[in-house]
Amino acid sequence: MAYSVKVLDHYENPRNVGSFARDEEGVATGMVGAPACGDVMKLQIKVGKGGIIEDAKFKTYGCGSAIASSSLVTEWVKGRTIDQAMDIRNTQIAEELALPPVKIHCSILAEDAIKAAVADYRKKHGEQG
Amino acid sequence: MLKLPIYLDYSATTPVDPRVAEKMIPYLVEKFGNPASRSHSFGWEAEAAVEEAREEVANLVNADPKEIVWTSGATESNNLALKGAAQFYCGKGKHLITVKTEHKAVLDTCRELERQGFAVSYLDVQENGLIDLEAFSSALRPDTILASVMFVNNEIGVIQPIAELGEICRSRGILLHVDAAQATGKVAIDLATLKVDLMSFSAHKTYGPKGIGALYVQRKPRVRLNAQMHGGGHERGFRSGTLPTHQIVGMGEAFRLARLEMGVENERIRMLRDRLLRGVSDIDEVYINGDMEHRVPHNLNLSFAYVEGESLLMAIKDLAVSSGSACTSASLEPSYVLRALGRNDELAHSSIRFTLGRFTTADEVDYATRLLHEKISRLRELSPLWEMVQEGVDLSTVQWAAH
Amino acid sequence: MFAPVYLDHNATTPTDPAVLEAMLPYFSAQFGNASSRHEYGRAARRAIDQARNQVAEAVGAHATEVVFTSGGSEANNLLLKGSAACLRPGLLAVSAAEHPCVLKPAEQLARRGWTLAKLPVDGDGRIDGEHYEAVMARKPKIVSLLLANNETGVIQDLEPLAARARAAGAWFHSDAVQAFGKLPLDFRRLNSAGVHALTLSAHKMGGPKGAAALIVDKRVELEPLIAGGGHERGLRSGTENVAAIVGFGVACRLAVERRSALAAELARLRTQLEDGLLGLGAKLFGAGAQRLPNTVYFAVAGIDGETLVGHLDRAGYAVASGAACSSANPEPSHVLRAMGVDEQLARAAVRVSLGRGNNEEQVAGFLATLKSTVDRLQRLTAMAV
Repeated sequence: MAYSVKVLDHYENPRNVGSFARDEEGVATGMVGAPACGDVMKLQIKVGKGGIIEDAKFKTYGCGSAIASSSLVTEWVKGRTIDQAMDIRNTQIAEELALPPVKIHCSILAEDAIKAAVADYRKKHGEQG
Repeated sequence: MLKLPIYLDYSATTPVDPRVAEKMIPYLVEKFGNPASRSHSFGWEAEAAVEEAREEVANLVNADPKEIVWTSGATESNNLALKGAAQFYCGKGKHLITVKTEHKAVLDTCRELERQGFAVSYLDVQENGLIDLEAFSSALRPDTILASVMFVNNEIGVIQPIAELGEICRSRGILLHVDAAQATGKVAIDLATLKVDLMSFSAHKTYGPKGIGALYVQRKPRVRLNAQMHGGGHERGFRSGTLPTHQIVGMGEAFRLARLEMGVENERIRMLRDRLLRGVSDIDEVYINGDMEHRVPHNLNLSFAYVEGESLLMAIKDLAVSSGSACTSASLEPSYVLRALGRNDELAHSSIRFTLGRFTTADEVDYATRLLHEKISRLRELSPLWEMVQEGVDLSTVQWAAH
Repeated sequence: MFAPVYLDHNATTPTDPAVLEAMLPYFSAQFGNASSRHEYGRAARRAIDQARNQVAEAVGAHATEVVFTSGGSEANNLLLKGSAACLRPGLLAVSAAEHPCVLKPAEQLARRGWTLAKLPVDGDGRIDGEHYEAVMARKPKIVSLLLANNETGVIQDLEPLAARARAAGAWFHSDAVQAFGKLPLDFRRLNSAGVHALTLSAHKMGGPKGAAALIVDKRVELEPLIAGGGHERGLRSGTENVAAIVGFGVACRLAVERRSALAAELARLRTQLEDGLLGLGAKLFGAGAQRLPNTVYFAVAGIDGETLVGHLDRAGYAVASGAACSSANPEPSHVLRAMGVDEQLARAAVRVSLGRGNNEEQVAGFLATLKSTVDRLQRLTAMAV
């Protein structure tokens, strides 16, 4: 499997690896995928005043493209409002990382992880999902 | 200085031993004759070399040279054995038996025979990868004509009970074919005592060249086959086509060296393999795939729980290893061999086959051990599954989001 | 000890030193299995890809039309049995002068419901046009004709024959192992004339034994002969013989570079040889047809071919009395019989096939030795009578 330079970079030096305490103020968690499918992504966002995502962390069980996709979205969501984060599309992720067709599902999963984290945030804060 | 990547994939292929290469080269250049040329010294010289090599191959497995038929490799040998015997003996019955953990060369051939109207039973193996003799016996039918069981599994290295299977088959008048591509030079094979009718060999798994293999076709009792490749009637009609002298010479020399050196070599390799196993045994949640007792000393197949297979391979790219068999590793499907052992998809996905060989050193094994420690712990730091397990979550109770 | 002179290049050729050089790394440092995903495997895969391009380029084919096999016999078996397996049995036509590795698979198919038509050849070994037309009118499904005969060197005029077969709706295959490297080959052009597949073999043109190719139009549906792993686009399973394939690729490149000069040189030597043979009163087979520039098939009436080549070998000249593969066969050449040569004369046949490295001096030496051997044998025969 030939990986792009950007995938390799995120794989070798993943950004924002780790976890927030689940009860920490403003933290929401999205967990998507399944071990049997070969990918599980956990994306956490920490939302501050005005609904701005101040920080994000991830852990991913999956191939290099899955790790890179989730690492990339932690960078992209930071500084965005949760609504802006919801605008991130898998095609943008796939394009940025030059994912081959067989790896497009990794970018879809990363988009799903954002949606799941935002949904979790909204659920915790009584908003409509 | 270690040369990276470190080659730990000797079951995929081996380098040609320099002593073997040296013996081959003259047969490309000055002794280049066609062994089928009967009218001049170039041909006779090549033919003599082919016959000498045939003896060496026969010697390793204690067979008669007349029982050795050259082919282009074990895949062709398996095709010839299965299709050739099935087609010849189809009047006696149309049922064959094989095992789910066989190499694709056997499984795909069986599928083809099914399309030709044969019935094939694909037996399960036990959790340790070994065949259950009772299950085997009870799968035999009155119309069973042939069973095909590999000697040594290519992925997990387990050694099947060929002697016992031979007794069972012979007593029932059923032919036994054994794919021994992974066995030569690793386990002692005595065809004078084993009740095996057909056995496939490959040179390139035993430090010989690619492109050459052989099929043992027993003479007493005589086994007959329908040829699959027709032409000039080479190999007593079993297999037509110009014999590649240099490759045959290489296989002969490789098998001669295996016969002389396997005793000492296998103990050395066993020490290295055990050193590797010891080195990684303090990593948590590592599972050995396949029986450790009935296993060739070259093979270690491990599953590293909670890390994903492809990222693991990427992380240890300084080790040339394989996840699943080389022939199927282009696909993302988990190894069918490990699944047949009852391993779940995750553990099958995160399995790595380490196969050691003649040129593996202790330094290389130690490097591999260090690298595995470092990379497994890095990937587990990244793994949400590992985190959950550390927190005491039972993953089997988790409802995973549909994907 | 003097080295014998090799004049049997249609049986096999020495591996060119440049080919050997290119192969050697694939026995040692670059020994990977091309199916492996690691660097050893990828390096092997790249080497095979490059060789595939070289083979394709040498015959004007596309790389995806190249299927590597273990030899020419396997390629011929694959095409005939593989295409037949995808068709309902019907008529199969091959020349009566084919190599056994086409004839025998064809005869096998005849046992499985196919009707086999053996196309007769004329006295010079060319396909007999009238019979050919009659068989084509019966709409064969597969036609296979040797481009250049291994015994006589006689070349068939492939394009019109293929065009006629295509009009009849047949797959048209030609075993080109003897022609490759000696005649220009352009698969695109042949393909547009109606040729669907060609067989090439490395060891007949300066490459190693153990590598060959079927060049095949992708419209031809093929069932593989060897299953298991799905190598070669599923058409030929088994770990690729990387070193031999690499050698084949280089041999193809060299063959293209050298072909016209080599063909001219061989033709010159052949003329020298044939002039000498005619001076000895020898009969030349296929002399009226277009032939490979390197092949001379002759007989000295009354002198047994086997006996003659035995004497020639002891005198230091390696030639053949018939095709190598069937040399164990005591029957006279089926090729000559198909040309209408009587059994007695066919038994006298001797084949000289020239190659790179042969020279005028060797040909002259051969002719002198032949003359003295023939004289001696004729005296012995005369005494026996």
